[in-house]
Amino acid sequence: MADLDANGRGGDAAPAGVPDPSRDASRDASRDVAVADSGTAADGGVAADAPVRRGDRAQYGVCAGLAVLGGLLLFDAARIGHASSSNDPVGPRPVPIIIGVLLLLTAILYAVDVARGGVGHPEEGEDVDLSSGSDWKTLGLLAAFFVLNAVLIQPLGWVISGAILFAGSAYALGNRHHVRGIAFGLALSLATFYAFAIGLDVNLPAGVLQGIL
Amino acid sequence: MDNISNLISGFGHVLTPMNLLFALIGVTIGTAVGVLPGIGPAMTVALLLPVTYGLEPTQALIMFAGIFYGGMYGGSTTSILLNTPGESSSVVTAIEGNKMAKAGRASQALATAAIGSFVAGTIGTLLLALVMPQVVKFAVSLGAPEYFAIMLVAFVGASAVLGSSRIRGFAALLVGLAIGIIGIDKVTGQQRLTFGVPQLADGIDVVVVAVGLFAVGEALWVAAHLRRKAAGVIPVGRPWMGRDDWGRSWKPWLRGTAFGFPFGALPAGGAEIPTFLSYMTERKLSKRPEEFGKGAIEGVAGPEAANNASAAGTLVPMLALGLPTNATAAIMLAALQGWGLEPGPLLMEKQPVLVWTLVASLFIGNTMLLLLNLPLAPAWAKLLQIPRPYLYAGILFFASMGAYAVNAQPFDLFLLLGLGLVGFVLRRFGLPVLPLIIGVILGPLAELQGRRSLQLSGGDLGGLIGGPVAWVCFAIIAVVLLWPLGRLAQRAWSQRPGGTDGGSHGGSGTGPDGGGSTGSVSPATTEVKA
Repeated sequence: MADLDANGRGGDAAPAGVPDPSRDASRDASRDVAVADSGTAADGGVAADAPVRRGDRAQYGVCAGLAVLGGLLLFDAARIGHASSSNDPVGPRPVPIIIGVLLLLTAILYAVDVARGGVGHPEEGEDVDLSSGSDWKTLGLLAAFFVLNAVLIQPLGWVISGAILFAGSAYALGNRHHVRGIAFGLALSLATFYAFAIGLDVNLPAGVLQGIL
Repeated sequence: MDNISNLISGFGHVLTPMNLLFALIGVTIGTAVGVLPGIGPAMTVALLLPVTYGLEPTQALIMFAGIFYGGMYGGSTTSILLNTPGESSSVVTAIEGNKMAKAGRASQALATAAIGSFVAGTIGTLLLALVMPQVVKFAVSLGAPEYFAIMLVAFVGASAVLGSSRIRGFAALLVGLAIGIIGIDKVTGQQRLTFGVPQLADGIDVVVVAVGLFAVGEALWVAAHLRRKAAGVIPVGRPWMGRDDWGRSWKPWLRGTAFGFPFGALPAGGAEIPTFLSYMTERKLSKRPEEFGKGAIEGVAGPEAANNASAAGTLVPMLALGLPTNATAAIMLAALQGWGLEPGPLLMEKQPVLVWTLVASLFIGNTMLLLLNLPLAPAWAKLLQIPRPYLYAGILFFASMGAYAVNAQPFDLFLLLGLGLVGFVLRRFGLPVLPLIIGVILGPLAELQGRRSLQLSGGDLGGLIGGPVAWVCFAIIAVVLLWPLGRLAQRAWSQRPGGTDGGSHGGSGTGPDGGGSTGSVSPATTEVKA
């Protein structure tokens, strides 16, 4: 199984001779290096000065995550009281236990696959540039604005928090026309509020602007 | 006969000015959002779900049908003009379509995609109307063990057949199943994986999962790797085709439809395989095979038709069995559940009007799409130039709005971010999203059916095996799971005599039998994908 997996996504369409410009060898190779680079950064557990090999060692982080999730399921299942009855001979425990065990098993097989050089290719796209590592600053800023919206949505209302979310995200993504960003954000949040909350009865809070909107 | 009168009454429900307006809005926003780069049909449907929340089910369905086809068509426009396949199913369209566009034939590529989508969508919807009642008839005879077995096939199919790496597919599936467990157990009322958090007691809403994985995950992924220079968009005029283009397109449309629909309707079908088969077939049958790889119109017409027909096909198991086979169908299923409808054989019995209204809306939406898209293509192409910071900020904005609107609790926004990070990890490590979402949706249902089967058998595990349908399902699962072992054995065998070393690898070029019968395809596919 692991042998098959080792091909990763590379096998998608290529074998049958579909011409795919993105798959020429030189680019593939450079991409693999980039993957390994960003990979070491992606997983805090892997030492940054680890030798960059063909494999993508950050994948072990995914294996660890799967194993933790499996352990969590087993731990939680052990807590559940045995509640089976004649009505339900199975009870709530077996399914989490089965999935937990399968997760642990998958984590091991995944790790074996990685050790054998298996690589999962990062998703490509026209806006995606995989030649450099992940931009953690942008990501952190986006997450911060996202959380800010979650915190502010009820006290301030969607119109304000949504506008901040839009303008902030655009800023994080490189927009430097601040006034324009805020204006677009306000326009969008006002439009969505009137269209959805008032027009279609969708749940969006008015917050401090209650009575004004 | 009964079906036809039902369908006609379905049309009766759709053809009111108000409902036609909803269909038009659905098609327009579906296309507009679907055209945006990086947004595939599944994300379009997930992002636009909240739009339908306030509507009553009939109007919501009508609008939704428009969004569904609009999103699909928008995706093919993007792949032709930008070489950005929004979903794996439009990868093949992008191959020749983008080449055509670069060679100055964007108008023809868009036209053959639009008309081909219309032809395939119409035939596909017609087939859906004919086939679905038969499947329902068959489905009502199925018991809990059969359903359980069919769902297991869907799990294995989504994770082992469709993806490129089985272990990564299974990992994604299991994460989805684990998410599906969160909440109160429906049978015993026990809390599972909630860790005392009251907001988790009802489980995580599927819409939040879908929006988190598709929209937030994609936005975060792109944000971390944003290309600083905008991609070049190929300018386009109004789509049109010359006589020669029509002559070269109509047969691929029909053949593509023939490939697409059956695959879509299979529990583990999907659109990747038929679009690919259609491409191979057209290349083989073309009078001008030398044009393939340089922008052959057949290579756009066939796969695009296959893609749309397959989408219509996926609605068969989705509506008749409650079984989604691709991401878009999975989100539609969640939407139907959100409106209080339970897809499956009983839906046809309880609410036939609603089902046939949906089918009629699909016809209407598809027709509107053609009328709308031929003249509006240049306008859609302009949307491709939207500055990326605004585009992805907008995606996060609408994702937050949609997820919040489900339950009106800020907690869901934190969940959304967490799921977005899961989506990021999936993209980073090449794990497929589909098995995860299928696991979230079908996991609880499969558990329910499995437990029901064991309840019927009084706890005897034999109760899971059920009747012949279940046997067939388990046989399919066994074949899929054991297939790699068979190949290993075969390779070992071919290496033993020496000389034919590597022969089995070379054999994976399935070109010559690419157009073979459907029966022979599934093994061939595993090979292609492996």
